[in-house]
Amino acid sequence: MSEVQYSAPANLADAVALLAGGGSPAVLAGGTDLLVQLRGGRPEPSAFIDIKRIPELTAIRMAGDVVSIGAAVPAAQITEHPELGAVFPGVVEALGLIGSTQIQGRATPGGNLCNASPAADSVPAMVASGAICRVAGPAGERRIPVEQFVTGPGKTVLRAGEFLVCLELPRPAAGTADAYLRFIPRTEMDIAVAGAAVSLTLDAGGVCTAARVAIGAVAPTVLLVPDAADALIGSRLEDNALNEAGAAASAIARPIDDKRGTVAYRKAVVGVLTRRAAKIAYQRAQGGAA
Amino acid sequence: MNDPKAFRFVGSRSIRPDGVEKVTGRAQYGADLSLPGMLTGKIVRSTRAHARIRHIDVTQAMSLPGVLAVITGDDFPDLERRMLPMGEQQMDVRDFIDNTMARGKVLYHGHAVAAVAAVSPDIAAQAAELIKVEYEPLPVVMDLDAALAPQATLLHEDQVTLTMQGPVENPVPTNVAFYMPLKKGDIDTGFAAAEVVLENTYTTKTVHQGYIEPHACVADAKQGGRIDIWCSTQGPFLVRTLTALALEKPVSDIKVTPSEIGGGFGGKLAVYLEPVAALLSMRSGRPVKLVMSREEVLRATGPTSATRTRVKVGAKKDGTLTAVQAKLEFEAGAFKGSPVVPAVMTMLAAYELDHVLVEGYDIVVNKPKVAAYRAPGAPQAAFAIESILDELAGELGIDPIDLRLKNAVSEGSMAVYGPQFKAIGLKEALQAVKTHPVYADPVGPNQGRGVALGFWFNVGMQSSAAVRLNENGSATVITGNPDIGGSRASMALMAAEELGIPAEQVQAVVGNTETIGYCDVTGGSRTTFATGMAVIEAARDAVARLCERAALTWDVPVEQVSWAHGQAIHIAGDHAPLSLDEITANAIHTGGPIAGAAQVNAQDAGPGFGVQCARVQVDPETGYTRVIGYVAAQDVGKAIHPSYVEGQLQGGVAQGIGWTLNEEYIYDADGVLLNAGFLDYRVPVASDLPMIDTILVEVPHPSHPYGVRGVGETPIVPPLAAMANAIAAASGVRMRDLPISPPRLYQAITAQGA
Amino acid sequence: MSRNHVSTTVNGEPVEFLCDTSQSLLSVLRDELGLIGTKEGCSTGDCGACSITLDGRLVCSCLVLGVEAQDRSVGTVEGVADHQVLHPLQQKFLEHAALQCGICTPGLIVAAKALLEKNPDPSEEEVRYWLAGNLCRCTGYDKIIRAVLDAAATLR
Repeated sequence: MSEVQYSAPANLADAVALLAGGGSPAVLAGGTDLLVQLRGGRPEPSAFIDIKRIPELTAIRMAGDVVSIGAAVPAAQITEHPELGAVFPGVVEALGLIGSTQIQGRATPGGNLCNASPAADSVPAMVASGAICRVAGPAGERRIPVEQFVTGPGKTVLRAGEFLVCLELPRPAAGTADAYLRFIPRTEMDIAVAGAAVSLTLDAGGVCTAARVAIGAVAPTVLLVPDAADALIGSRLEDNALNEAGAAASAIARPIDDKRGTVAYRKAVVGVLTRRAAKIAYQRAQGGAA
Repeated sequence: MNDPKAFRFVGSRSIRPDGVEKVTGRAQYGADLSLPGMLTGKIVRSTRAHARIRHIDVTQAMSLPGVLAVITGDDFPDLERRMLPMGEQQMDVRDFIDNTMARGKVLYHGHAVAAVAAVSPDIAAQAAELIKVEYEPLPVVMDLDAALAPQATLLHEDQVTLTMQGPVENPVPTNVAFYMPLKKGDIDTGFAAAEVVLENTYTTKTVHQGYIEPHACVADAKQGGRIDIWCSTQGPFLVRTLTALALEKPVSDIKVTPSEIGGGFGGKLAVYLEPVAALLSMRSGRPVKLVMSREEVLRATGPTSATRTRVKVGAKKDGTLTAVQAKLEFEAGAFKGSPVVPAVMTMLAAYELDHVLVEGYDIVVNKPKVAAYRAPGAPQAAFAIESILDELAGELGIDPIDLRLKNAVSEGSMAVYGPQFKAIGLKEALQAVKTHPVYADPVGPNQGRGVALGFWFNVGMQSSAAVRLNENGSATVITGNPDIGGSRASMALMAAEELGIPAEQVQAVVGNTETIGYCDVTGGSRTTFATGMAVIEAARDAVARLCERAALTWDVPVEQVSWAHGQAIHIAGDHAPLSLDEITANAIHTGGPIAGAAQVNAQDAGPGFGVQCARVQVDPETGYTRVIGYVAAQDVGKAIHPSYVEGQLQGGVAQGIGWTLNEEYIYDADGVLLNAGFLDYRVPVASDLPMIDTILVEVPHPSHPYGVRGVGETPIVPPLAAMANAIAAASGVRMRDLPISPPRLYQAITAQGA
Repeated sequence: MSRNHVSTTVNGEPVEFLCDTSQSLLSVLRDELGLIGTKEGCSTGDCGACSITLDGRLVCSCLVLGVEAQDRSVGTVEGVADHQVLHPLQQKFLEHAALQCGICTPGLIVAAKALLEKNPDPSEEEVRYWLAGNLCRCTGYDKIIRAVLDAAATLR
């Protein structure tokens, strides 16, 4: 019988030492993916390294030009945060869509990213808002743009002994807002069939001056859609700009057929979501962050 | 007592007797019992959907420390094939054993092949891993087309098609286990008289009852041969019968105690675990607990049939139906016994028809053997007929409720399947929906409403009840029917009504197979009807005893004593009334304890008719359907406890909405279920549904002392078509294949636009 | 094989237990502590029958390791009533007949209590979304939602 260890290190150095110390340790944050996978037959790790007692991983910091969200902050704490939602409404709503209320009490942005599911709800929003991953490991710390973090289903750039500390979001320029929409067959409790996040910046005249569009569940990793952003930039999100952005998202998507949706359906719906999310982001940017 | 206004307690919304235990977490369900020395059992399940078992090697598992018993299909008896009556349905005893644990062949992925009992869950899991099963794979038969193909792989090489009269002429081995025609009049004459004829095919997928509590039991085989079983079941006496059969023991050696039951909907009429746990307990000499995982529940227990129904209707331009012809093909799963027979019988029961031909086929495939699911077979059949009638109403420009009113059966009508209806409230239910806002209010853009009706026979059958009076004038009611939806509240109310004391003074309990006489299963919407009848009779028996004691006290003939409002009354008025508590307090002087008992074999259950209207909004860009309003009307005879009757309607509707929109078994090419969990087997969640309005139509059933008719099953019959009809109205697209999931609806909308 | 020793608080009472590292808190509550009110419906976080609070936060106990409870505060359905007095949610569930089989009821009561502590005046839609992770297959949710709204009004 295996003897699985459990540790809850109190600081980054101890966590690095435990993770780099051999065996096949698993980082335990909210556990909402990891424990399900273990029940489903994933081999047991040599140890659970519970990172929820490390201050850097459990804090939300709003001071300065960079907003930092600890990798192990539960989603519920993020959606309850008094200021975060005003700055990144799309990121917050994306995190708020992960699973049920119960799952929200445990699931974390770090886990959602590191699990590397193509359908992770928070990742398109993080990509659209230009989040940077702060990673700690035996060789010290490094920072990686979030769109480069996941390399394929279940795969990330993390090396042995490395783990995600936090996500750093540059404070957006004035007139910026973001939005995330996903499609699921029910109203709750499903994995995204497709998702789209849009972050855009408007000038005083309501013209879009900058945009980032990211789509999820329609490729092995979340995709940035530059053509969709280009379609929005320079417009006031008139119908033709929205349609063009949606078409660009549909065009770049390369989804699969599975039990949750078909290729044709996902391509079509991701275009619809892109249009709708862009519209919401636009309204938010116009009215301050709604 | 037949005057509904005369009821004092029946019809009130009392607190259920078992309620406090359930809201505080103290109620004990199947998995909640632990016994000293108890072992954990685990079932090893087939990794193939169809294969011959070449060899099972249990030696490694047996030698693992902490393993106390290992069994396989060889440990169960080789019974002669015979049909065992099981109330509503029949079961082939040999199939039962083969489904409990595979012998020779595995017939679905997840089919039990062996079981272990060990001192801990971990060791049981390790032992299960060590059991090596060698399979010879066979081609899998996963749908009707594969099963019916000319050179189809056969699941059972010795199976021929049977009919009610025996094998068909010149029988050959086939996957078609049963054929049933229902004929009335002459179908050609009927269609010749038609001015409009419509014909279409409708399909449904395999869906599961989806009870939240997985199957669970504890078996404790005592030295000397007796076995105690604790389990979550709809039928403790059925568990006793089948376990006795599987262990070749007399039923008198087995005591079955039903735990609280966490949902069943027919699925816990099937017996899977108890014979296995009992045999493991016999082999190990220790109590054994077996609890299924959610995955096991979905892979290996009772879904209901995937179906294909071809239906053709003929009508006059005024909407009068002239003929209906239908062919129903039902998947049975791995063993014969789909609900195609009730499907055939219920399909047209709501309509006046002179010319009918409905043919049903029961077809085996490599999926788990189907189990009963709430009005078995009726929802699939109703989906076809109620959809095509909606199409007919559209074609003829007739309001869909008017079309049904024109053809609906009423008191005195001869049901297509045989009997003559007594008083029924179908037309009243249709009228009630017609004026309800969900139907009558205007519809907005991308919105639509859809109507459908449903029928279920309901059954009576055997029940026992005991009413015991306590010395303070309170009462205890004992029945043998597991309470799956609040039936103890109804039993207490009916006993209270007869005894003339408030329901709060009546404790209703569910006994075990030794504390109460035989009761058929909690199923067929029979409990409040038939077991309620036994409770009423038992209470009347107790009242007769109370009157005798009063007569003795007063020294008058018993004929001079009557009972009213909880008191014995001297008819001539020479003595002051004696209240129930006065009589029980004095019982020691008048002959001792007072009780009543009754055993019934209730006949002539009142049929249930329901009419429902769904209102939906469709997002044409995603194919997403949102239910924005729903009303369910039903003739419930007499609602003993209206809240729990409403709850039956609301629950049936919710299940039907799930069946329509998203629930389906998704298999890969090898017959492996891909969505064996609540993540991707998508039952409705709270935010998916609106409030579900109910209208209780009360046309008393003449064959029950209070007018009760069963209510639990009918509500799941109409929703499939009501929803599909609403979606057709909202989207302009007629969906004839379930589920109408967003990708499917989107595709259909797109195809229509192209 | 050595088991982990955990000290925690359950329903306000100090509790110690031994558990395997991979053992879920659900299993600890049911199998080690005899608190069978917390139910197992799926073990994958999809049904909510095992809902508890951990440091006041609503979670599925099937997706928490027993060892994680060290120095935390666990709340289960057994701690909802005040000794012999039912919580208004429990009373309203009974009055509204908001349970049929009752297997989902403990999880729903724990979840609804967490909602009302955070939001004493929720809308119907807020109740429905908050409880979307608590599957009920019997009731169609109608009476559950009404019971929660009524309990909220009583508590205000």
